[in-house]
Amino acid sequence: MNDRIIEVQGLTKRFKELTAVDNLELNVYRGDVFGFLGPNGAGKSTTIRMLLSLIKPSGGNISIFGMQLHKHRNEILRRIGAIVEKPDFYLYLSAYKNLEILGKIIGTDVSNKRIMEILEMVGLSKRYKSKVKTFSHGMKQRLGLAQALLHDPELIILDEPTTGLDPQGIKEIRDLIIHLSKDLGKTIFLSSHILKEVEIIASRMIIINKGKTVVEGTVSELLEAQNLKVNIEVDNADSAKQIMLNTKWEKCISASTNNNLEVEINKEEIAELNRYLVERNINVSSIIPTRSLEDYFLKITEESEK
Amino acid sequence: MITMVGIEMSKLFRKWRTYIGFIAIGVLVPIVQIALYLTGDRYLNFATQNIRQSFEFVGDLMNGYLIAYFVLQALYIHIPFLIVLVGGDLLAGEATGGTYRMLLTRPVSRFKIITSKFIAGFIYTNLLLAFLMLISLFVSVLLFGTGELIVLRSKVFIFASDDVLWRFFAAYGFAVLSLTVVLSMSYLFSSLVENAIGPIVASMAVIIVFFILAAINVDILISIRPYLFVTHMAKWSFFFTDPVEYNEVINSSLVLLAHVIVLFFITLFIFKRKDILS
Repeated sequence: MNDRIIEVQGLTKRFKELTAVDNLELNVYRGDVFGFLGPNGAGKSTTIRMLLSLIKPSGGNISIFGMQLHKHRNEILRRIGAIVEKPDFYLYLSAYKNLEILGKIIGTDVSNKRIMEILEMVGLSKRYKSKVKTFSHGMKQRLGLAQALLHDPELIILDEPTTGLDPQGIKEIRDLIIHLSKDLGKTIFLSSHILKEVEIIASRMIIINKGKTVVEGTVSELLEAQNLKVNIEVDNADSAKQIMLNTKWEKCISASTNNNLEVEINKEEIAELNRYLVERNINVSSIIPTRSLEDYFLKITEESEK
Repeated sequence: MITMVGIEMSKLFRKWRTYIGFIAIGVLVPIVQIALYLTGDRYLNFATQNIRQSFEFVGDLMNGYLIAYFVLQALYIHIPFLIVLVGGDLLAGEATGGTYRMLLTRPVSRFKIITSKFIAGFIYTNLLLAFLMLISLFVSVLLFGTGELIVLRSKVFIFASDDVLWRFFAAYGFAVLSLTVVLSMSYLFSSLVENAIGPIVASMAVIIVFFILAAINVDILISIRPYLFVTHMAKWSFFFTDPVEYNEVINSSLVLLAHVIVLFFITLFIFKRKDILS
């Protein structure tokens, strides 16, 4: 069974001389929470717009639910819910009326009950009669999520869904995405600048830069493959550093302060380094390995810039 | 499609700018009616002073029909400006508001979106004209009664009161076609940009320039008149001649219809190829 929900091959978009997306390949599988990462101007929004047929590709192929997007646009879009950049609505209409209109356009039977359920889910049920022009950015973001979920889509494409939300709102949206994925089996395509968020909720991810794929894989695999950043608390960092000079550990030192050494090593080397220091009379108080998507992202995008 | 048109109408009539045209007509026409009610006889005497030496007028020429004709003549240049306020906003308004994204990521074709918006604009045009007709013709007739209609052109035409109403209906029917050209033009401009001000100003500019070109009596400009749609828009007045020059009216109707079709399909072509970047 082909479980690929999105299959992108050789996707390219040129705006005159600028190549915004360059021969991009990506695959999203059923049930994935797929993190779509890249620095500003990497081509994320252009890619998302092409996936939603807002922009016509200059080349390549997009297949969603096993169907060619350019041939089966309406069938595909009927099964997708999306937020593209900041969600905008008819400001002169109420939250309810906006959703009612969208329901009618979709053509599926979106009942009053369903609209109220969705508004309840995103915490806007008490403001359903209010015109959207009276909403804060965070409320519009929630309404954006509501319109994306209105018709119970299989694939949800979210472009920066937590922008403008307070910490509580960010947590609620994150929990909602996890609920949609784990409990309802939705496939989520998530573009976000909040890497911590992607690290927590994404199962697979891609990092793009300058319109090209830099790396793609499962979040755990990609993070496992990189060295850990390890903070070692010692009684004298300078002595420890001296001992490590002219050994294989020298190149692993990334920073040091009075009592702290920061080294980049793999998991298996932690015990060996600990033993090496202790045997040379360096007292090690603590070893804290850290590994973050943020570090990985910065490293990988810097490398791709070179 | 009916659902889409319904949605577009519902959006249209929830916008403040949609009512500007109705308010303008609702204010302007009564002012003209009151002014004519108070000073109309003086105006009529002045306008007919030459022919009064040869003819004797019996009955009241200052009646509802004359006022309705006067309003139509006075406003036919200005009503297009009210249409472009809405036509220029139909597509560009979605771009400005960022709602293109919301609309075009739904399972509905761009053809349907373009057509439903255009139909909504067409219905608006009809409603605005119906409102103008209601205020200027029916209210004038109610206030001032009916009678013969005197029309001063290169010749003087006097129509019997039972020969007038159909001419108004025909003139308003023709005006629908004329204003649909204006709507189509502003709609096309609206598809090109992402702010409604541009298409509104551009449409007004085209109309003004064309009206000026059509009004200047210089040989070279006279020769281009048949190619200006405003020349054909003015043919509504042919229904107030006797006999009506149907050939002229039909020719102009076809030219205007061709404008509508061509402008609509250009808009459709542009919109179908448009990358939504807003």
